[in-house]
Amino acid sequence: MIQFEGVNKWYKQYHALNNICGEVSQGEVLVVCGPSGSGKSTMIRTINRLEEIQGGTIRVEGRDVADSSLDINRLRAGIGFVFQQFNLFPHLSVKENIALSPIKVGGMSRKDAYALAETLLEKVGLASKLDEMPANLSGGQQQRVAIARALAQKPPLILFDEPTSALDPEMVGEVLSVMKTLAADGMTMVCVTHEMNFAREVADRIWFMDQGEILEDSTPESFFNAPRHDRAKKFLADILH
Amino acid sequence: MMDFLHTYGMMFLVGSWPNGQVGGFAGTLLLAGLGLGLAFPFALLIGIARTSGIRSVKTVATIWVYTFRSIPLIMIIFWAYFMLPVLTGMEIPPFSTALCAIVVYESAFLAEIIRAGLESLPRGQVEASRAIGLGYFKTLTSIQLPQALSNMIPSLLNQFVSTIKATSIVYIIGVQEATFSAQQINSIELTGTLRTYLILALFYFLLCALLSRLSKVLETHLYNRRMGVAA
Repeated sequence: MIQFEGVNKWYKQYHALNNICGEVSQGEVLVVCGPSGSGKSTMIRTINRLEEIQGGTIRVEGRDVADSSLDINRLRAGIGFVFQQFNLFPHLSVKENIALSPIKVGGMSRKDAYALAETLLEKVGLASKLDEMPANLSGGQQQRVAIARALAQKPPLILFDEPTSALDPEMVGEVLSVMKTLAADGMTMVCVTHEMNFAREVADRIWFMDQGEILEDSTPESFFNAPRHDRAKKFLADILH
Repeated sequence: MMDFLHTYGMMFLVGSWPNGQVGGFAGTLLLAGLGLGLAFPFALLIGIARTSGIRSVKTVATIWVYTFRSIPLIMIIFWAYFMLPVLTGMEIPPFSTALCAIVVYESAFLAEIIRAGLESLPRGQVEASRAIGLGYFKTLTSIQLPQALSNMIPSLLNQFVSTIKATSIVYIIGVQEATFSAQQINSIELTGTLRTYLILALFYFLLCALLSRLSKVLETHLYNRRMGVAA
């Protein structure tokens, strides 16, 4: 589904991504963890080209995302992306937020798109909020709407960039449970997260990153029980107290 | 006072129309309305160009804004008055000359308001829009402008008010508008100058106060809609 081949990124002198190689297969849930500034968010944002890379190749379903003949907007519409800060559009109602991409990019009729929005909202448990404005929703509800918006173009793949980091603790659970349902439905997911319990329960694979490199690429069992790298051992010790 | 208004009321309202050009209060409304109506779309393009990633587009827009923001309106009016006939080889009526000057001048100020409105939106809005597959123009029209324009209403209305007041100086090139009418009445009457200018001041005051009020109503309406309380 996604292939990284020798991906490098610099911000001026700063080497943000250092020779990233790896693969995410269909239906797999990959959790990316690591200390802040390790390049996790940068890495996940290169997949739908929110960030440009300076070296290497990233392929999504076999297509090189940097290919200039590729319709980048079509590609992005086919990849769900969930942000740390939700980023709902505050001037649009919940259903308009979800229906925007199907209407503007997918060419769907308004009526069908709103019906789709309703179905998706049911899926994230917010059917009653169809006509609500984002400002009236709690953080957890906003993030669930954002997930419904990411699902609107029926993507085979969703990327989560710290989806629970900006939430009050009591709202983390509702968002994680929506993510678990998606994972159980066979969705391919890449999640940058600090939720180690989620990683343990749901992930098929874990990447541990530090200073722009993938230091560990392993299963949750071996990562949590027998981390190979010293930096990973220290990270786990710090994060699990 | 009633006698005065009876004699000069029409002159205040429409100038020498229908025997000549529309002037007086109507002239001011026409000039300000057309000026803003033409300057706004122009300013929209310049303001957007100021946030463009294409260097040449950005540079041209920046030069435009810096130039006309740094020159007093009266200079631009004189400039237009003497330059336009030379450039076009035709005689340009004072009204059109004043209109050109106002459009050019106001476009620079309005463009800066629009640029600031666009740049003050959180980065995440554009990113989220790109992430769901909306390109540059769709992001601009569906996400950035609707939010930016509603945030900008107070500044835009403020600029509109200041434009209306600024039209008063075009009487010096003989444009028929409110101040020009007051001038004329004053030179016919020779007395009661204060009375004449009081009426003129009241006209500007009422017009601009009304606009400020409108801005407040509009702002409240948009705020309510975003909060989901308006029907």
